[in-house]
Amino acid sequence: MTDLTDLLSSARASIAGAADPAALDTVRIEYLGKKGKLTELMKGLGAIAPEKRKERGAALNQLKNDITTELEKRTETLNAGALDARLAAERVDITLPARAASLPEGRIHPISQTIDEIVSIFGDMGFNVAEGPDIEEDFYNFSALNIPPEHPARQTQDTFYLNVMTTSPGASEPSPMVLRTHTSPVQIRTMMSQKPPIRIIVPGRTYRSDHDATHSPNFHQVEGLVIDTSTHMGHLKGCLIDFARTFFDVPDLPLRFRPSHFPFTEPSAEVDIGCSRKGGELKIGNFGDWLEVLGCGMVHPKVIANCGLDPAVYQGFAFGMGIERMAMLKYGIPDLRTFYEADLRWLKHYGFMPVDLPSTTGGLAR
Amino acid sequence: MKFTLGWLKTHLETNAAVGEIADKLTAIGLELEGIEDRAAILSKFVVGYVVEAKQHPDADRLRVCIVDNGKEKLQVVCGAPNARSGMKGVFAASGSYIPGKDVELKKSVIRGQESNGMLLSMMEMGLGDDHDGIVDLPADAPVGAPAAQVMGLDDPVIDIAITPNRADCLGVRGVARDLAASGLGTLKPRKVEPVAGKFKSHIGVKFDFPAGTENACPYFVGRLIKGVKNGPSPKWLQDRLTAIGLRPISALVDITNFLTFDIDRPLHVFDAAKVKGDLTLRLAKPGEKILALNGKEYTLTGSETVISDNAGVEALGGVIGGEPSGCTEATTDVFVEAALFDPLRTAATGRKHELISDARYRFERGLDVAAVVEGMEAATRMILELCGGEPSELVITGKLPEWKRSYTLRHERLHGLGGLDISLEDAAAILQRLGFAVAKDGNSLKAEPPSWRGDIQGEADLVEEVARIRGYEHIAAVSLTRDAGVAKPALTPQQRRVRESKRALASLGLVEAVTFSFMAREQAALFGGTSAELLLANPISADLDRMRPSILPNLVLAAKGNADRGYPDAALFEVGPQFSGPKPEGQQIVAAGIRAGKTGPRHWAAAQRAADVFDAKGDALALLTALGLSTENVQAVPEAPSWYHPGRSGALKLGPKTVIAHFGELHPGVLAKLDAEGPIAAFEIYLDALPAPKAKGSKARPMLRLSALQPVERDFAFLLDAGIESAKVIAAVKQAGKEVAEAAVAAVSVFDVYQGKGVPEGKKSLAIQVRLQPKDRTLTDAEIEAIGQKIVGAVSKATGASLRS
Repeated sequence: MTDLTDLLSSARASIAGAADPAALDTVRIEYLGKKGKLTELMKGLGAIAPEKRKERGAALNQLKNDITTELEKRTETLNAGALDARLAAERVDITLPARAASLPEGRIHPISQTIDEIVSIFGDMGFNVAEGPDIEEDFYNFSALNIPPEHPARQTQDTFYLNVMTTSPGASEPSPMVLRTHTSPVQIRTMMSQKPPIRIIVPGRTYRSDHDATHSPNFHQVEGLVIDTSTHMGHLKGCLIDFARTFFDVPDLPLRFRPSHFPFTEPSAEVDIGCSRKGGELKIGNFGDWLEVLGCGMVHPKVIANCGLDPAVYQGFAFGMGIERMAMLKYGIPDLRTFYEADLRWLKHYGFMPVDLPSTTGGLAR
Repeated sequence: MKFTLGWLKTHLETNAAVGEIADKLTAIGLELEGIEDRAAILSKFVVGYVVEAKQHPDADRLRVCIVDNGKEKLQVVCGAPNARSGMKGVFAASGSYIPGKDVELKKSVIRGQESNGMLLSMMEMGLGDDHDGIVDLPADAPVGAPAAQVMGLDDPVIDIAITPNRADCLGVRGVARDLAASGLGTLKPRKVEPVAGKFKSHIGVKFDFPAGTENACPYFVGRLIKGVKNGPSPKWLQDRLTAIGLRPISALVDITNFLTFDIDRPLHVFDAAKVKGDLTLRLAKPGEKILALNGKEYTLTGSETVISDNAGVEALGGVIGGEPSGCTEATTDVFVEAALFDPLRTAATGRKHELISDARYRFERGLDVAAVVEGMEAATRMILELCGGEPSELVITGKLPEWKRSYTLRHERLHGLGGLDISLEDAAAILQRLGFAVAKDGNSLKAEPPSWRGDIQGEADLVEEVARIRGYEHIAAVSLTRDAGVAKPALTPQQRRVRESKRALASLGLVEAVTFSFMAREQAALFGGTSAELLLANPISADLDRMRPSILPNLVLAAKGNADRGYPDAALFEVGPQFSGPKPEGQQIVAAGIRAGKTGPRHWAAAQRAADVFDAKGDALALLTALGLSTENVQAVPEAPSWYHPGRSGALKLGPKTVIAHFGELHPGVLAKLDAEGPIAAFEIYLDALPAPKAKGSKARPMLRLSALQPVERDFAFLLDAGIESAKVIAAVKQAGKEVAEAAVAAVSVFDVYQGKGVPEGKKSLAIQVRLQPKDRTLTDAEIEAIGQKIVGAVSKATGASLRS
C-alpha cells in the first residue's frame, strides 16, 4: 500500500504548490479528474481479488477524502488571500471629510425650542395651546383687559397702530387696530368663545414701539390662563413654581412672589427666581440673589365680566412671560437683539438639533 | 420714589435696620430699586483742620498744607485756590478710594514735597460737578469726625418703584404707613393744627369751566401770606432735597417740594405782588402761551386746565407754574395754592406738551382727596416758621368730591381667592392699620377705604391688601394637576403641523431664523404687499413700516447680511405669519425657506453647484411628505407670483384650485432691488391651505397587500420637442399602465434629460425607467415586450415623442 502513501504525499505537495485557483484546479484534475491518478486506481479495483478488494477500496476512498479535504483547505486559503488583496487595494483615506449632505446643518431657533419646552411643561399640567391674531382690535388688546383709554400703555410710544379703524363690541366710536402689545387678548378671545373650565397657554408674537439694547419692537410672550370656579392664588404659586423648577432644571430653585399691579389682575404679583450675579456671571439657582422673570395674578373680576362670564362664579389666574428672556436666562444668551439678526454663526451656536424635541417624558432640551 | 432713612423715621417709629426695611418694602409691593449709602462710600473721610498753608517752593499753583486729622498732623500738597490756614476741609488719607476720580490715593512726592493725603472737592467726593475748590466745612466741625456725618450725608437714600395704583406712596408718610401696617414699626401720629387767618385775602379765586368739564378742578384752596422773607432754606431741608436729587432753590420753593415728597401734597406758590387781579381756573384758550418755570414756552391747545389772572396764564394746573408770577428771593407776599386736578386731564396735558413734573406725576395717579386743607395748613406752618409773615384766611373754591364708599370682604374669599389662611380678625387689623374703617358683619368685613386709596374698587382689592401686608410667602403653593381622564394633546393638529414643519425643514439642512413681522413698504411691494391697510401709523423706522406680505424678503435680506459677513451660502427658513389684510383671516401661517449661493462647501467628492429651482422643489415636497401628505396627488405647474423667475418656478397644487406652495428661483430683478446676490432658490408652503389633518377617528391604515412576484424594470429613451414637460410623458406612461391587465406601473423615474450633440435642434432626449409589477403570474418576455409597445405608443400619442434609436 505504499503506492497510496506516496500518492497522498505527492498530491499534498502539488496542492501546497498551487499558487492560484487555476493551478489548484489543474492539481484536482491530475488526481481526481476523469483520467486522474486516483480515478485510474479506482478503475483498477475490479481486477483485484474479491477478498482484497474491500480493504483496497476502503483505502482508496480514504485517500480520496484526504485529497478532497486538502483541496478545500487550499481553496479557502487562496480565496482568503484574494479577498485580502482586494481589500488592501480598496483602502481609502478615511480622514477625508464626510459627504456634505450627510451632516446635520439645520438648526431650530432658540425661540421655537423654548416655546416647545414651555408647551411641554404646561401641557403636562393639562393646558392647551391657544392662539390669536397679531393684528388686534382695541377691545381685545386693551378695553376688555381693563386697560382704560388714558392708560399710558395705550400711548403711541408703546403701541403700534394701523391706519385701519374698527368698532369693537361695546365701543361707541371706532378705534385704530393695533399690533397686539401682549398675548393677553387671547385670554379674552378664549373666554368669550369657550366655556370654563379653561386652561390655556398662548405663545406668540407681540409688538411694542421700543427698540434698544433690551427691547425689540417684535418679541414673543407666552400667556397662561386658568379659569374655573375654585382656582386660587395657591394654585398660581404651585403652577409657576413647578414650571420654573422644571424649565430651569433646578429642583430647589427658590421663587419669590411680590405684590405688584396690573390692570387685568387682582391680586397681582411679580415673580423672581433665585440667582447669583457674582463676578458678573448670572447663574440660576438657590444663591441668595433675585431676578424678575414674570408677572401674574388672579384674573380681575372686571375682565371676567367683560368676557360675558359671571365673576361671582368664575375665577382663576393668568400669567405672562417673555420667551426671549426665558431663553436668554436658560441658555446664557447675552443680547436680545441677536435673536432677530439671522446671523448663521449665532443660529448654529445657540440653535438646537431638529431631533432635540423637548418633552417631559424624554427630557427638555439638551 | 426716593427718600432717606432719617426722613422715613420722622413718620415711622422703628428700630429696624435699613436692610430689613428694604426687604419689607419689596415684600409689600413697594419694590426696592436700590439703597445708596453715601456714608459707607465716604466713611474714610474725616474733618481735617488746616494748621498751616504755605506756598509750594517750586510751584506757583500749589500750596503745602499741614493738616490735623484729629490723630496726627500730616503734610499735604494741595492745588485748590481756596486752601488756607485755619480752614476745615474733608481729608482723605493715603490709601483711601476717591469716588469722584475712581482712583486709590497714593502717598506721593509732588515737585519735591511729600504729600500724605488730599483735601477733597465736592466732585472728588462724588457729589456733583463742583471742582472750583476744596470743601469748606463750618468752623465748628469737630476735627477728626466723619465728614459725611458733618455734611449731613450719613443718611442712606432708599429708592423704591411705585406701581401706578399706589399714588398714596408717592409721599414718605404713605410709605411709612404701609411699613407700619406690615408690622415694621408704628406710624407716628401727625396732626396739623389749622392756622387762624389774620385777614381776608385780596386775591380771590373763581372757576370758569364750560359745562361738563367742571371736574378739571373740583376743589381749590388758597391762602395769602404777607410779609415773608424768602431766602435759602435751612440745612436740614436742603440736605433732604439734595439727598433725593432735588436742587434747593429758596425756602418757599423748597417747602413746596418738601411737602410734595413728604405728605404727597403738591403745592404752588405765586408771588402775590405779580398776580394781576383775581385768579381764575378755566380751560386754556387755543393759542394761549405760558412761559413755564422750566424756562420753556408752551402754546396751549384748549384742553389744558390753567390758572390765569388779568395778565394771562400763570400756571398749568397740576403740572407746572409760570415764570412771570414765580417766587424769587425778593418775594414778600406769597399766594399758596393747594388744589385737586382731574387725573386724566392732567395726564393728557403733560403728555401733549411732553412736560414731566413731580406734580403731574402725582395728580395723574390720583391724590388724597380729603387732605387738601391739611396740606395747606402744613405749608402755612412751614412758611411761617422759616420765612415769617402773616397768613390770610383760607380761600376755598369748589366742593370736595364724594369719596366715601364701602366694600364687603367675605372671610371665605381670603382663602378662596387669595389662597391665604388668616383669621377675619387679623385681616380686619391689617385693613385698619392701612387706614380703612372696618366693621365686622358675621363672617364678613365691611371696609371703607381711606381717602388716599382711590385704587381700592372691590373685594378683590381688599383680598390683595390683606395678602400683601400678610406677605405672599404665607400663601401655600398647591400644584396644578391634570384633570382625571384621558389626556387631550396640548397642540391641535394644525399647531402640531407648524411645529413639525420647523423640525422637518431643519432636518433638511435649513437653519431656522426668526425675523420681524414688519418690513419696509418698498420691499413689501416687491412681494405683492401693496395694500395701504397694512401700513403702520407709527412705525419705529421707515424700514419697518409695513406688515410683511411674505416671509421671503426678510430671509433674502438675512442671507445678504450673512453674505456681507463672509458667509454667502445661507440655507434659512422661517415658519411664521404673513399678512394679506388686517382682519384675523388676513393672517396666514407660512413655512418659507431659501437656499442662497452654493448648496454646500467645496468638496473633494462632489462638484459644487449653485442652488436652483429643483432644490426648492425638493425642499417643498420633502416638507409635505414629512407632514404626512401624499405627494401622489400634488401637481407641479409652471405658475408662480411675480417675485419668482418666470421660467424657473412653479406652484404645487392639490386639484385645480388649491395652491399649497410656490417654489423656484427668485426673480433676478427683485433680488437686484433688494441689493442681494442671486441666484436664490426659495419656497413658500401655505400651511393653512393644506388639507386638515385627520383629528379624530380610526388611525388604521389600509390593508397592505404584498406581491410575491418580482417587479420588472424597463428603460425607454424618447426623443421629443424640447418644450414638452416631462410630467406629460410620465402621465402618459401611467395612463398606459392602467390599460394593461396583467401588470401595474409601480413607478416611473426620469434618469436622463439631454439636449445637444446627437439630438436635433429643438428636441430633447428624455430617458425613463418604468417599474412594472406583475399581478397574477410572472410575465413572459413577449408580454413584457407588448406592454413596452403600449407605453411607447401612449407616450408618442400624447407628446409626439419617438423612441430614440
